[in-house]
Amino acid sequence: MNCSIPADRSARRGALCLPAMVGVLAALFLASFTLGRYDVPVGQVVRILLAEVFPMEQTWADSMRAAVVNIRLPRILLACMVGGSLSLAGAAYQSVFQNPMAAPDILGASSGACFGAALAILLGLPRGGVTGMAFVFSLATIALVYLISIRTRGSRVVGILLAGVMVSSLFSAGTSYIKLVADPGNELPAITYWLMGSLSGARLGDAAFALVPMAIGAVPLLLLRWRINLLTLGEEEASSLGVHTGALRLIAVVSATFLTAASVAASGMIGWVGLVIPHLSRKMAGNDCRWLFPVSMVTGAAFLLLVDNVSRSLAATEIPIGILTAFIGAPFFILLMTRKESML
Amino acid sequence: MSLSVSHLSFSYGSRQVLSDVSFDLQEGEFLSVLGPNGVGKSTLFRCILGLLDGYKGSITSGGDDVRTLPRRELARRIAYIPQIHAPAFGYTALAMVLMGTARQISAFSRPGREQIAAAMAALERVGAAHLAERDFTRLSGGEQQLVLIARALAQQAGVLVMDEPTSALDYGNQLRVLQLVRELAGEGYAVLLSTHHPQHALSFATRILALSGGRVAAMGEPEAVLTEELMAQLYGVRTEFADTAGGRVLVPVTAEARG
Repeated sequence: MNCSIPADRSARRGALCLPAMVGVLAALFLASFTLGRYDVPVGQVVRILLAEVFPMEQTWADSMRAAVVNIRLPRILLACMVGGSLSLAGAAYQSVFQNPMAAPDILGASSGACFGAALAILLGLPRGGVTGMAFVFSLATIALVYLISIRTRGSRVVGILLAGVMVSSLFSAGTSYIKLVADPGNELPAITYWLMGSLSGARLGDAAFALVPMAIGAVPLLLLRWRINLLTLGEEEASSLGVHTGALRLIAVVSATFLTAASVAASGMIGWVGLVIPHLSRKMAGNDCRWLFPVSMVTGAAFLLLVDNVSRSLAATEIPIGILTAFIGAPFFILLMTRKESML
Repeated sequence: MSLSVSHLSFSYGSRQVLSDVSFDLQEGEFLSVLGPNGVGKSTLFRCILGLLDGYKGSITSGGDDVRTLPRRELARRIAYIPQIHAPAFGYTALAMVLMGTARQISAFSRPGREQIAAAMAALERVGAAHLAERDFTRLSGGEQQLVLIARALAQQAGVLVMDEPTSALDYGNQLRVLQLVRELAGEGYAVLLSTHHPQHALSFATRILALSGGRVAAMGEPEAVLTEELMAQLYGVRTEFADTAGGRVLVPVTAEARG
């Protein structure tokens, strides 16, 4: 065979895009430590962080270390983890449901997780119970939305969106009812504040606790990412190419739901990230999940970190991050709908 | 024997779609399936591809029942070439063809150098190597069909099942695709292709399977099998055959000509 093998264009794009976004994330990561009332220069941030791992001579005040390690680090880590998880979940849902509009919040997975978590708070369950209930209800929501959508006539894209809206609204109503019966002294404020979506008050333990379900969700998706491409071709084609579509789809949906539930349990309802970032990543890296998944993850982490920085430094009182992501996400969605080469 | 269908019957609920369909497909054969809409061509293909399994009778490939073969093993024997349709997300033509190599690599891995070479060779074979870097969704219908054929070649299965591959193509592309399919059969592939154009079967296929009411109405060499009676039985229209220097042609008999 004497044909030359061109380096795949989509591979080239992805190969350029991924390190670029990793660089952006790394820069943002360091810069985020310098934001806040207590002034910490970047050089000191690097030294303090290194000192946590390697033995080093202390050249900073203890209060500076407390600000960096105890207050800012957990929040920054959690912002990256939640942003990466929601974006990866969105990219996976889109591929599995062959639907460019699929996302954790649009499919109702977030509403389901919120309902489950609110119920867990009402019942006074511990932190593990909140994550567990968030997961169970968000999986139930996705299953329900999927079952409804395959029974609707006409366009599947519209069918799954409408099913998502309906089921979301059902669970939102359920969440409202929980707020109604919750104790206004302690449970109600906890549920309300947490529903708005916020990363404030995050502790290192929160990040460590969220890491396990996030890893359970992310690892299978990253390992199977090339094969998930085949699901976008539809049932018959993927099957005839040798894929166990049922098993692969189930693994991908459960993994994406794990990511969603873990994010909601850790930081409340942060909308739009799972829709906006995968789309942005598709524009940058192409639709091949080989690159789309890692690029979505890194871009999502950078995006949520950026938004969280704004949320904690824009005004004297902190703006819940869920409000800000909606302010950015909704106009983006409208842009997507009205663009000439709209995917809808 | 590449593919053997024996006494196949299938029904959706109480509606009988296929009744006692039997045929064999050998390497190097181009078997064209003819029949009116709703006669069960797609159902037949779905059964062969292992997508439907509630049927009576048996379908074997290389002597093994397709119902018992693992998906990956079935994909090694039978490749499916669908009608062109817009995929949910655009990939490059090369990325599309690479998906044909899925059965060769483990679930956790991605196609490597060997698979990329196989995909490029497949694109080269169908004359579409120059499209490798282009976005599949922006290709013309004919080009898309070539890419889907290349994907089946990259799958390296002996049997090619094609569901009306020419239905969305213009006249020139229809003939080019059929010519390519005929050449592939000549190279040893066993081709099963459904079409709505008896003329296509007449000009390009080595054998014809005509379905009527879910049963085999006729089977054999095109020129022997395709008759005015069969056309009337299958499609309910009057036609005439004429022999020309370029082969036998099928002509519709219009109301005016009938007088």
